[in-house]
Amino acid sequence: AHNTLVRGMNITNSTASDGYLHWNDLLIDISPFAWANIGVSAAIGVSVLGAAWGIFVTGSSLVGAAIKAPRIRSKNLISVIFCEAVAIYGVIMAIILETKAGTPPPQFMVPGLEGVYKLSFSGYGIFAAGLVVGLSNLCCGICVGIVGSSCALSDAQNPALFVKILVVEIFGSALGLFGVIVGIIMTAGCSFQDTR
Amino acid sequence: MAGDMMTFNIKDGFMEAVCRGFRSGLLNTTDYSNICQCDCLDDVKQQLACTDYGDFLSNEHPPIATTTIAEKSTDKLVQEFNWVRSQSTAPLTKFLDYIRYSYMIDNVILVITGTMHDRDPHELLEKCHPLGLFDSLASLCAATKTSELFQLVLVDTPLAPYFSEAVTDADLDELNIEIIRNTLYKAYLEDFYKFCTAMGGATAEVMGDILKFEADRRAINITINSFGTDLTKDDRAKLLPSFGFLYPEGLTRLEQAEDFQGVRDACECYGPYRNIFADVGYSSEKSLEDAFFEFEVAQNRLAFEQQFHYGVFYAFVKLKEQEIRNIVWIAECIQQDQKSRINQYIPIF
Repeated sequence: AHNTLVRGMNITNSTASDGYLHWNDLLIDISPFAWANIGVSAAIGVSVLGAAWGIFVTGSSLVGAAIKAPRIRSKNLISVIFCEAVAIYGVIMAIILETKAGTPPPQFMVPGLEGVYKLSFSGYGIFAAGLVVGLSNLCCGICVGIVGSSCALSDAQNPALFVKILVVEIFGSALGLFGVIVGIIMTAGCSFQDTR
Repeated sequence: MAGDMMTFNIKDGFMEAVCRGFRSGLLNTTDYSNICQCDCLDDVKQQLACTDYGDFLSNEHPPIATTTIAEKSTDKLVQEFNWVRSQSTAPLTKFLDYIRYSYMIDNVILVITGTMHDRDPHELLEKCHPLGLFDSLASLCAATKTSELFQLVLVDTPLAPYFSEAVTDADLDELNIEIIRNTLYKAYLEDFYKFCTAMGGATAEVMGDILKFEADRRAINITINSFGTDLTKDDRAKLLPSFGFLYPEGLTRLEQAEDFQGVRDACECYGPYRNIFADVGYSSEKSLEDAFFEFEVAQNRLAFEQQFHYGVFYAFVKLKEQEIRNIVWIAECIQQDQKSRINQYIPIF
């Protein structure tokens, strides 16, 4: 039965059948599938939050500044593209994580304790990777957005500043990449498909 | 505060960018040197047509007067300000209204003084600053006592809270009108300062500095102007704003000052003012007023160094006004053929 699948991890010998006695019992009883899917949703959801935040911060300044300095319109769309890249990192990671989490095969049986360990490991791993990617993309998106806004305003004032501030943005967008790299490494050994 | 950077653009990002666009239209040193080299006001008009001003004078019949230039430039500023204000949302709208209140106070005092000297109301209304116009301004011409003023007209305007200290039953004469003006302005400045500090973040920082200087400048001017009049020291003390870089020690010393040297000593405690008074030496050409304008321009210029705050709107209005003063000064020098003094305008950028 489902409960025995996970209660194998429960080593406190608590035999109460109608409630949880410790926090540990509750947390252990959360299914690894739940952890994994929350991780996937964090990866895409929080990344898109960061990207959208960055785009509106940049976009409002860009629209205003372009009134008096129309030449900045096309060049400064690069800032918006950097923010969009953050959302794309989130999508890519969410797809990768989802293929790892995936649908368990129909004859899903877990013989022995090692299968349970592997399931838990995968569940926690995918959850954490989703958080890593989501939060790093959130910060990256906001950072690139604020710098992009300053970039648009400075470019309108003095065209020589554009490339210099773009360098700052490039460094900022590397933050999202860090999250993706770490997330991929974390979930290298995670899988729900093969737990034998 | 970090939070400012992330959320400012939700409501005010567009307006700030537009304001900075206006700022880049301010005349720079090349424009000024071009205008200074003109021989007549028509040349000035042509030079201004190449700048952000465009053909704002194109409908005027030659010969153009300097007053027309001043009027049309102010119109341009008012247009830009009203456009920004109509697009803004709270709390930016409230902030922009605060900028207007100082002009409203000036207009109210102008109308009262004019009425006292029996001037024509229409003439008075034409002289009012366009940024400070409000609906019931014309009915001020009918009032004779301050209590009437307040109860009949001003209680409905945004200036009402500033009048509580100024309402007396005394008749309106020269001295009292100046006292009313300064009491109003003191209440307005303190209210504005409270509003800006309540906003927090970069706005509080930038506007705090600018308003503190404004308060000190008022205090120094009131003190200097009161030498030789009937104003007692106690009355003078009541007119000085209760904030600023000089507050509280410098202000107590200012209250005791009896001559210009006393004012100078009172300001010794604050570095930048010491420098200002050092510039305004005993025989130099620069007056205290010019030195204050220069300092104000420097502070307003600094406001543009930070992003995501409201100080840029205030700074833009003040810098534009200074630019209008500069253009009128240059035009007057050209018209009166006093080219030697033409470089005494205050460059902005």
